[in-house]
Amino acid sequence: MKKINISKQGKSNLITYGIILLLSFLLFFIGQSSYQLKGLLVPVCTQIMLAVSLNLTVGILGELSLGHAGFMCIGTFVGASFSIYMEQFIPIAGVRFFLALFIGALSAGIMGFLIGLPVLRLKGDYLAIVTLAFGEIIKNIVNMIYLGYDSKGLHFSMTDTASMGLAEDGVVIIKGPQGVMGTPADSNFGIGVILVLITVFIVLNLIHSRDGRAIMAIRDNEIAAESVGINITKYKLMAFTISAALAGMAGSFYAHNYNNIKASTNNFGYNMSIMILVFVVLGGIGSIRGSVIAATILYMLPEMLRFMSQYRMLVYAIVLIIMMLFTWSPKAQEWKSVQMEKLKVRLKPVIDKFRKKSSDKLTKEGE
Amino acid sequence: MRFIYYLISGISLGSVYAIIALGYTMVYGIAKMLNFAHGDVIMVGGFAAFTVISTLGLPPALGVLVAIIVCTVLGITIEKIAYRPLRDASSSLAVLITAIGVSYLLQNLALLIFGSSTKSFESVVSISAIKLADGQINITGETIVTIITCIIVMMMLTLFINKTKAGQAMLAVSEDKGAAKLMGINVNGTIALTFAIGSALAAIAGVLLCSAYPTLSPTTGSMPGIKAFVAAVFGGIGSIPGALLGGLLLGIIETLGRAYISSQLSDVIVFGVLIVVLVVKPTGILGKKIQEKV
Repeated sequence: MKKINISKQGKSNLITYGIILLLSFLLFFIGQSSYQLKGLLVPVCTQIMLAVSLNLTVGILGELSLGHAGFMCIGTFVGASFSIYMEQFIPIAGVRFFLALFIGALSAGIMGFLIGLPVLRLKGDYLAIVTLAFGEIIKNIVNMIYLGYDSKGLHFSMTDTASMGLAEDGVVIIKGPQGVMGTPADSNFGIGVILVLITVFIVLNLIHSRDGRAIMAIRDNEIAAESVGINITKYKLMAFTISAALAGMAGSFYAHNYNNIKASTNNFGYNMSIMILVFVVLGGIGSIRGSVIAATILYMLPEMLRFMSQYRMLVYAIVLIIMMLFTWSPKAQEWKSVQMEKLKVRLKPVIDKFRKKSSDKLTKEGE
Repeated sequence: MRFIYYLISGISLGSVYAIIALGYTMVYGIAKMLNFAHGDVIMVGGFAAFTVISTLGLPPALGVLVAIIVCTVLGITIEKIAYRPLRDASSSLAVLITAIGVSYLLQNLALLIFGSSTKSFESVVSISAIKLADGQINITGETIVTIITCIIVMMMLTLFINKTKAGQAMLAVSEDKGAAKLMGINVNGTIALTFAIGSALAAIAGVLLCSAYPTLSPTTGSMPGIKAFVAAVFGGIGSIPGALLGGLLLGIIETLGRAYISSQLSDVIVFGVLIVVLVVKPTGILGKKIQEKV
């Protein structure tokens, strides 16, 4: 029999994909239990994609971004508008949806590139506040856009519906603060799982490539990376743009789950960006697997706590604080390692026994 | 004439931002953390004053005093329970996320206690408005009190930092924690004091904000909090004159933008100006340039 050799990296990647499949099975069965939970399946896939893509910026590139929801917002509105407008030209839903996802990713990617170009030379908290500002600007501008189409083509305005000058047969696509209306419902959980796998595949492959190692070198020490000839601007922009494009794809996917989407603070503003950041940090900065698990659990948690009615967000906040204290505080870490040592000492006889048995078995087989 | 009116209301709004931004900037300077819960401390201050004045029917001055005490105690408690254990954590993001958790906690506590409906806040200011230039310029009592409060706060803070031992200790800790400890400065106490002052300022800002815009809800603090954060970065985070300058500029830009360009675009203009300033001068207007070494 031919032996298949899998590298350590490959094994770790396979475990990540396995976890995603396992989680999707679990989610699928949870989704069967109630109508409300079923409605969460598409959003939870979106959240996972957003968390994984933000982890590329925060964990791999090492730059704090608080405007991730802005890129998602672009993907959502561009993707949804594309689908609505193209419904008359491309009748096949699958092809149209695929193109909408692609266009959403492309537009967010371009925006990420344009924003990243001037902004990525800032560092740390300054970069954080500027990305936050961009996210808010995108959200506010989206709230002012009016877009519609009639037999003559697309019409656009920044003031109100009337000034677009639509003909009588015209259809309004985006109606300012009321958001985008009439998006075809093409998203479902199956496609969501596939998109999550694609997102994770892209990010993992990037991390383990030459480019990914260059990006991580910049994270670890920018000056040292520059001195060995790594083009800082190029790799920073690369990571930031890919991260934005993946968020755009997630946004476009999210849009096709709802007939009507508005750009509010909780939806696409800094609250949303912060929520995604919470997933990334709690899952472990730089750990793709962690982001997937944290996004799933934390997104489902408030829904699971629904029986506590008005106390659920309070409990969520307390759980969040305690989890952060327990995982990150140096004292808690020390306590955990001491406990692990104690556990090891206690388990040592058992393990030794087990080892002896298996080695006995091996020698017997050898005979 | 209209321009002067807008300018004065811009300065008034900017004064509130400046007072909040002072809290942000002091905490950042000393603990190197973005305190995302600062905006919600403003809201707590507003609700504390509201409870004393409207629910219990006590005099406004007492309401302001209670708000300051409640917020000071709250600030110290938050620092001690949520932030201090994470001060030496390996990632600075840990404490940021904890601050977000505290922010959720405060908002939802307020939601549970006071409900989600918007309360109308009774102004604590009883000075009547001044009319200038035949009534074309109408300066409300709130505007006057806000601007005067901001000036007093700035003067007292500058005196405190430059003339007292505790203030000097603050400067020393923000410069170098280890060296300050070796000089016999109580680092934990100094950081707690910074949080106490920042939160007391947030309480004052909360009362002023709710008096000028007489509404109060559990999310009242978030947008002014974010704006003040922008103001602090704008002026150069960690710098006290920078917070004043950033806050005033932000308030003026926002008010003028709303009046002359578009009310919908005012936030876009504020954030746009911030981006331009930071791209041209990456550490803010008055920020110190830090030389990076290998």
